[in-house]
This record gives sequence, structure tokens and C-alpha cells, in this order.
Amino acid sequence: MLTKRIIPCLDIKDGRTVKGINFENIRDAGDPVELGALYASQGADELVFLDITATNERRKTLAELVTDIARHVNIPFTVGGGISSVEDVYVLLQSGADKISVNTSAFKDPALVDRLSREFGSQCIVLAIDTRFEDGDWYVYLNGGRVKTEVKAFDWAKEAVSRGAGEILLTSMNNDGTKKGFALDITGQMAQNLNVPVIASGGAGTMEHFTDVFENAQADAALAASIFHYKEIEIPALKTFLYNKGVNVRF
Amino acid sequence: MKTVIIKYNAGNIRSVQFALERLGVNGTVTDDHEEIMSADKVIFPGVGEASTAMQYLKERKLDTVIAGLKQPVLGICLGMQLLCRHSEENDTPCIGVFDVDVKRFQSPVENLLKIPQIGWNNITGLHSVVFEHVPENAYMYFVHSYYAALGADTVAITNYVINYSAALQKDNFYAVQFHPEKSAEAGARIIENFLNL
Repeated sequence: MLTKRIIPCLDIKDGRTVKGINFENIRDAGDPVELGALYASQGADELVFLDITATNERRKTLAELVTDIARHVNIPFTVGGGISSVEDVYVLLQSGADKISVNTSAFKDPALVDRLSREFGSQCIVLAIDTRFEDGDWYVYLNGGRVKTEVKAFDWAKEAVSRGAGEILLTSMNNDGTKKGFALDITGQMAQNLNVPVIASGGAGTMEHFTDVFENAQADAALAASIFHYKEIEIPALKTFLYNKGVNVRF
Repeated sequence: MKTVIIKYNAGNIRSVQFALERLGVNGTVTDDHEEIMSADKVIFPGVGEASTAMQYLKERKLDTVIAGLKQPVLGICLGMQLLCRHSEENDTPCIGVFDVDVKRFQSPVENLLKIPQIGWNNITGLHSVVFEHVPENAYMYFVHSYYAALGADTVAITNYVINYSAALQKDNFYAVQFHPEKSAEAGARIIENFLNL
């Protein structure tokens, strides 16, 4: 049986992980490769690396980092952040990324999703959506949540899937950072009505939140950052908890 | 020992090369007939679409080279599907080492089955030397929309609404639908077992 996936997310800037993390069992917590390999060894099912570098050298640095990750990490990983062309994706996949995620660039040019899925296959094209609930519905936000649009998140997700997106990474801005749980309604609406896996993101604070998003919203995967980085929840304990709650997870 | 990875127009080669590297083995990526035929082990990976991949292989006569190999061959994902008789993906006749057909997953009810299957699923009914020290129900990482049906050569089974071949084996040909190069320690064990054949 296909399992629910647990995905730690690492923010990368200039080739280093951004959030200050203190792990005793690794030498350099700022090293994305070492941290990624640690999560893999603890039973993470996938990893997401989100590049927030703003400099001109970012492409080259990122490709080199991706190669280094692929060399050392034995589970699948997605790379996102500022990807806007077929050429960008080609370089990252050739460097060893398993999937890439697109967000603002795909919203501004939806045909990019068609081009990418045709060129590389839907299975490696993840559509990331940042969304906020206001005035009675969930709306798409761009540029890392700074720019509001008038488009509803579900409508955009549906269109992107029809264009070839193979997975949806859905971040609720209302929930992100609150540690009060995932956005179950919009996650559930997407997971139950779209024919591709949905990764829930934003709001994880307790192990119960993961049970909720898997059982009540039927999310296919759940992503979190700080609770893993600060060791508020450790992956082996989380998986044992989910298993005991009857959620199908990998050990 | 010389291990080659067949180079063609399907992705994922880098990951396989790195997985070999983690086991201390250097994998040569090549489409040279002589180099492939003289290797001790041949890995036939692939992520992509069946008809364009078969066309590419045929143009370079790699399909007949692969079919005639006598040393251990490991097909991965699309590589496994291309070793079957026929794929429903764009109605493609394949290499035909394994006497099974490749079909598309069908959701019995709309949106019940997500296609492609993406993620970790368990493998059962393991009976091949490549699964030595791999426990029954071990989890492997799968990404695919098409599957090889069950047949006489099936040596591992996975369920995604239906039971299908997670692995096939016939003579010197071994093939897995999942990605051992991305399946943590259990996957690395399978690659290591293959290299030790």
C-alpha cells in the first residue's frame, strides 16, 4: 500500500541552510547536504530544498549544490525557488534533482507548466501554491506571499493539473508559523478532487496535526520545516505515532 | 569489474551513477555497443516516455544489443517496461525479454487512484537473489503511470488498486519498477546484490 509521506523542507541561501539549527550529531547544521542526509537516515520520505538566494550567481551555486545533494542523499528530493524556464529545469534535473517546483513563474505563464511536463514528464513537475483565506475563499498569493491575486487557489490548482502538473505543494499562509495545524479544508478539497498527490504545508505543531491532515483531509504528504529543524518533533517518533494511529507510513 | 549504464534519451542516469558511487563502484555511462557488450554488469535505467525511448534505442540498434546481452542486466523503471513485450504507452512494441505487457493504471472511480503513483510502496512475494537480505514488505520508491502485469517472470509484487510486477527476472535479466537508487538502504541493498551476482 502506498504510504503517506513526511517531507522536511530546507530553505537555502547562497548554498547554506537558512534557519539556525543545532544538531549534536552533525558537524555543520548549515550544510544542506549533511542535514538532508541526516533526515534521510531518520526516515524522511522525501526532501524539499527551497532556494531563496537572490544573487546573480544563484543558478550556478544551486546546480552545484543539487549535484552534491544527489551524490549523498539516497531518497528523492525536490528543488524549488525562482525556477522560470525549461532551461532552468533541465540543468537542475541533469544535476540530479528528482523533481522541481514552480510557483510564481507558472502562475504568470501557465503554459510553462505544459512545456515542462511535455519536456520532462508530469512526475517531476510540482506546482507550489501559497494561499490565504480571506473574504470567504482561498486566494493565490505570489512572490513568496507578498503579492495578492484575485484567483482562487483551487481553480489555479485544477488548471495547472490539466496542464500537466504532477503534484501540488499547498502552503496555507494563514496556518504557516502558527503551529496550530494544517489548513484541512483547502487541503482536503484539493486532495479529494484532483487526480494528483497533494502535499500539505504550513501549520504543523504537533503529531496530531499530521494525523488530522492525513486522515481528515486525505493529504498524500505533509511538509514541515521548523518543527523538524528545532527538533520539536523527530521523524522516527512521528512515524511511530502515525503508525499507532493507523496511518500507513514507511519504516 | 566494469559496470556500464546505458545512455539514451531517458533521464535519471545521474542518480543511478551516484547510487553506484555510494557503493564504491564507478558506473560508465555509454551508448557504445562494444563497451556495453564487454561490460560485466549492465544497468538500463530510465524515466520518460516509452515510444520516444524505443525509437531512440532502435535508431542506434541498442534494442538488439540489449536483447542479446549475456551478462547480468538490471532494468529500472522505464528500463524495466522497455524490456517487456509491449507498452500501452503510445502503443509501443518493446524489446520483449519478458513475456508480459505494460498497461496504464486505471482508476476504478474518478480520482480514487492518483496517477502517476508517486511515493513509497511495499514489495511482497520476493523471490530473486537481488532481494537477498531485503525483508518481505520492504518499502521502495515508485514513480510511474504504467505497470507491468503479473506473469511467469514476476519476482516481486506491489499493489496499487491491482497487483502488478514490482520486479521481473528471467535468465540474466533483472528488472525493477521502483527506483532502488532512491529507495534508501533497502534500495542500495538491491543494487549491491545485483553488483555481486
